[in-house]
Amino acid sequence: MNDTAGIMTQEWVEVAKVADIPPLMARVVKTKQGDIGLFHAGDGNFYALDNRCPHKGGPLSEGIVHDCRVTCPLHNWVIDLKTGEATGADEGQARTFEVKVENGAIFLKL
Amino acid sequence: MDKERLVVIGNGMAGVRAIEELLKINPDRYAITIIGDEPHGNYNRILLSPVLAGEASFDEIILNTPQWYAENGIELIAGTAATGILRRQRQVELADGRKIPYDRLIIATGSKPFILPVPGADLDGVIGFRDIADVEAMIEAAAKYRNAVVIGGGLLGLEAANGLMKNGMDVTVVHLMDTLMERQLDKTAGAMLRASLEERGMNFLMPAQTSQLIGGDDGRVRALRTSDGREIPADLVVMAAGIVPNIELAKKAGIHCQRGIVVNDWMMTYDARIYALGECVQHRGVCYGLVAPLYEQARVLANHLGGRGWMTYEGSVTSTKLKVTGIDLFSAGDFLGRPGAEEIVMKDEKGGVYKKLVVRNDRLEGAVLYGDTVDGSWYFQLIREGTDISEMRARLLLGQSHLGDSGHGENMAEAMPDTAEVCGCNGVTKGDIVRAITEKGLFTLEDVRAHTKASASCGSCTGLVEQILASTLGGDYSPAPSEKPLCGCTDYTHDQVRGAIRENGLKSIPDVMHFLEWRNPDGCATCRPALNYYLLCAWPGEYEDARASRFVNERLHGNIQKDGTYSVVPRMWGGLTNPKELRAIADVAEKYDIPEMKVTGGQRIDLFGVKKEDLPAVWADLNAAGMVSGHAYGKALRTVKTCAGSNWCRMGTQDSTGLGVKLEKMSWGSWMPHKFKFGVSGCPRNCAEATIKDFGVVCVESGYELHVGGNGGIKVRVTDLLTRVATEDEVLEWAAAFIQLYREQARYGERTAPWIERTGLARVKEQLEDEATRKALRERFLFSQQFAQKDPWHELSEKEDAFFKPVAELV
Ligand code: SRM
Ligand SMILES: Cc1cc2nc3c(=O)[nH]c(=O)nc-3n(C[C@H](O)[C@H](O)[C@H](O)COP(=O)(O)OP(=O)(O)OC[C@H]3O[C@@H](n4cnc5c(N)ncnc54)[C@H](O)[C@@H]3O)c2cc1C
Ligand code: SF4
Ligand code: FES
Repeated sequence: MNDTAGIMTQEWVEVAKVADIPPLMARVVKTKQGDIGLFHAGDGNFYALDNRCPHKGGPLSEGIVHDCRVTCPLHNWVIDLKTGEATGADEGQARTFEVKVENGAIFLKL
Repeated sequence: MDKERLVVIGNGMAGVRAIEELLKINPDRYAITIIGDEPHGNYNRILLSPVLAGEASFDEIILNTPQWYAENGIELIAGTAATGILRRQRQVELADGRKIPYDRLIIATGSKPFILPVPGADLDGVIGFRDIADVEAMIEAAAKYRNAVVIGGGLLGLEAANGLMKNGMDVTVVHLMDTLMERQLDKTAGAMLRASLEERGMNFLMPAQTSQLIGGDDGRVRALRTSDGREIPADLVVMAAGIVPNIELAKKAGIHCQRGIVVNDWMMTYDARIYALGECVQHRGVCYGLVAPLYEQARVLANHLGGRGWMTYEGSVTSTKLKVTGIDLFSAGDFLGRPGAEEIVMKDEKGGVYKKLVVRNDRLEGAVLYGDTVDGSWYFQLIREGTDISEMRARLLLGQSHLGDSGHGENMAEAMPDTAEVCGCNGVTKGDIVRAITEKGLFTLEDVRAHTKASASCGSCTGLVEQILASTLGGDYSPAPSEKPLCGCTDYTHDQVRGAIRENGLKSIPDVMHFLEWRNPDGCATCRPALNYYLLCAWPGEYEDARASRFVNERLHGNIQKDGTYSVVPRMWGGLTNPKELRAIADVAEKYDIPEMKVTGGQRIDLFGVKKEDLPAVWADLNAAGMVSGHAYGKALRTVKTCAGSNWCRMGTQDSTGLGVKLEKMSWGSWMPHKFKFGVSGCPRNCAEATIKDFGVVCVESGYELHVGGNGGIKVRVTDLLTRVATEDEVLEWAAAFIQLYREQARYGERTAPWIERTGLARVKEQLEDEATRKALRERFLFSQQFAQKDPWHELSEKEDAFFKPVAELV
């Protein structure tokens, strides 16, 4: 889905349990590449994005999650969790990361 | 399963708007076909006037491009008229012989110019003013001929005359009445308008009745003759003497028509498969000729076609604005005045300003403004809301800016240069907004917000943006209906949602969304916090707060800062503190490396730049010293500002500090529609600024003056006096009752000031002055406080420590 530019070997890393993130909430994963927001979306799936809003760097993980989108807490841009793109009339994109869930554990491809 | 076939006759403003509204709520239900006899996509008809005047181009006024029809799977049959409706076969017959089947049909054929039945009306060079073809004909005539006559001194006629003048023609307006725009203006305003148009070179023949149009040898009109024998040269005659609902098709098909196609409150005609809207309909005896009512009709119709079926159209109050650049003119409602109506008038002939307000039973019923229309949308709102204006009567004519708010919003939108900044938060200029409105075809405040961000942050420039919309779009702009939907996820208003929660015993956000058929699964960032509040207010003690539906500040109980850190403000009751608290605050600041401390405008201490991970520990330390959250972040009770009072001050009349503490102890922890602040001053010198607080107490020798509805902020508003009482207990009772009334009746996000301006102080007073009501309100408030007065810092630092940390650290 996404290529994490510059990093040749990507691997799945376990970062959380499903129970750690209630529906419509998000948590932060700290990585060498910066903070990643891990979201429990309205469709029941988990999505991961750079935890920086494409507008002015707002922490997306603190926004309100609705359906498969999050509204940034700083100036209300609405970011699509699947693509990382700003919706509506705004333009910009946050980097996305692949996520998978196995046996109640959440993995990120990093 | 095949989709139902929905056919629209009339590719104009009302028909297409109905489809747009339908697509918003139920995009997949119908296979849609739109039939229009004009060879274009739908365009903004009201902007034909600026096009004629050379202020806009045809391309700029297109509302729906061919791509729009294609993207939405709509078949457009443009340039072909519908010639018949075969109701038994359920088919529409086209001029080219095709037959289009339908399951449901919408008739939106608009209206036609009224062509005076005088000899010569069929000569070349005699036209109406309705569509692009008419405008093209006028521009063409202006290039070849000199003399133009416009019949009709109404809105349309004057806009045509102005446009023709701009195209270099000599223009005379022939009008039957002795007042211009007599349907919108009274005599005084009509005369002022005439004078300023004459100054610009327009000629008038009025009162005058046209009896004949005289043609030349070439078959083209040459002159106009009046019934009293006057004759004026005319190479072009524009008939703008009125419009006639275009109902031939419907009539021929046997659908009940009077002046227009008769429809019921959900826009259905006599045939249950056939709906109608726009200028061709007659609803409760009224035919409308402006866009705003048609848009309301479109929402109702879409609601029914989309399968929801609960909205009704109950008629519209309309407002008008003349789109002649440089002339400010506004009228709304019933300005001639019914029996029992009084007039409030201001007239400054030399300064070119005239204002007339028509008031009946303490309600504003109509307004005519000439020369200064800044307050047009405000008056229009008061008319539609039926606000009780008795308390502001003396200042009403002076405008909204004299109600106590200053700063922002009182600028004259039209007088502003394009470079002037309108939205200070997002750096949007007037030019940006005007461009977006005309280029993108925007009609509503929401559209402008989405495209320009103007008024999308603090909202203080909302009024100004509305004025710019109104001045750019002319009478078409209908200021956001005050009864607007809660958000894009629903068509229900705030009040309807609250009503449904109470009446149907809805107890959770998913229940509300399910019951009211929310459009988006789990809503959006606008409706979720509102629903959470309404539920919390309706079911104290029962409803469990939905954390995921709280804005981050209320979820983490601190204000988020631009760098993602938080601020921490402990409560200091009534502004009082002591060495122990100060020492604990100082210790916390050192222990957690807190970069900045400051004394706030609310008389307490703010710790800035606290890291999210540290919040629980910071709180626990403050708790240990007996301090609790100051809710500096919430739609909740914030500060209670007090002054020294009779304890120390030589002027003090009562113990303002002690009373402030009591008020704060009573009301802290309560969630509200917006933030809420108290101020208690010990004497009328008012050192605690009590008269710009939501609830202000000014102590006097004989007791206490209670003031409500003030705020500082962008639009300063001074409080209104609520009442005077003698004892502290009464102060507490009135305060609790006022808070509860505000909690139950204001809309989420509405502070006390706009709430009181909307409902009228009289209504608030009336409820609180009734002792039984007041006591019941207080009881309900105290009941809900039992559950609300838990320090969130304590609760969170105890049980949810983990939540403040990253879920994983891979560094
Ligand atoms: C901290 C403080 C400034 C200070 O250092 O003095 C402050 C800080 C903020 N104020 Fe304020 N206001 C502060 C006292 C005031 C006062 C003074 C007062 O309370 O007497 C006012 C004018 C009185 C009033 O409320 O009417 C005030 C009127 C506002 C307004 C305009 C309110 C309005 O209704 O128009 C806003 C904007 C809003 O709420 O929408 C606002 C919003 C804000 C926000 C919350 C902006 C935001 O959304 O992030 C600021 C948060 C800063 C932060 O991160 O902590 N602040 N703010 C004050 C905290 C007081 C406290 O102890 O709780
Ligand atoms: C110059 C001008 C300025 C105006 N200024 C303002 C203003 O400032 N503010 C305001 O609120 N309103 C204004 N109006 C009025 C506003 O434009 C109308 O109220 C609005 O356009 C009516 O919408 P409608 O859909 O009912 O009719 P229309 O927009 O006229 O649409 C009807 C469509 O149906 C088509 N049609 C008719 N019969 C058939 C048929 N048999 N088969 C196929 N198609 C058919 C017509 O060609 C037309 O395209 C103005 C109007 C004009 C002409
Ligand atoms: S005035 Fe209030 S909102 Fe504005 S910057 Fe200062 S603290 Fe922030
Ligand atoms: S930083 Fe996200 S909207 Fe501004």
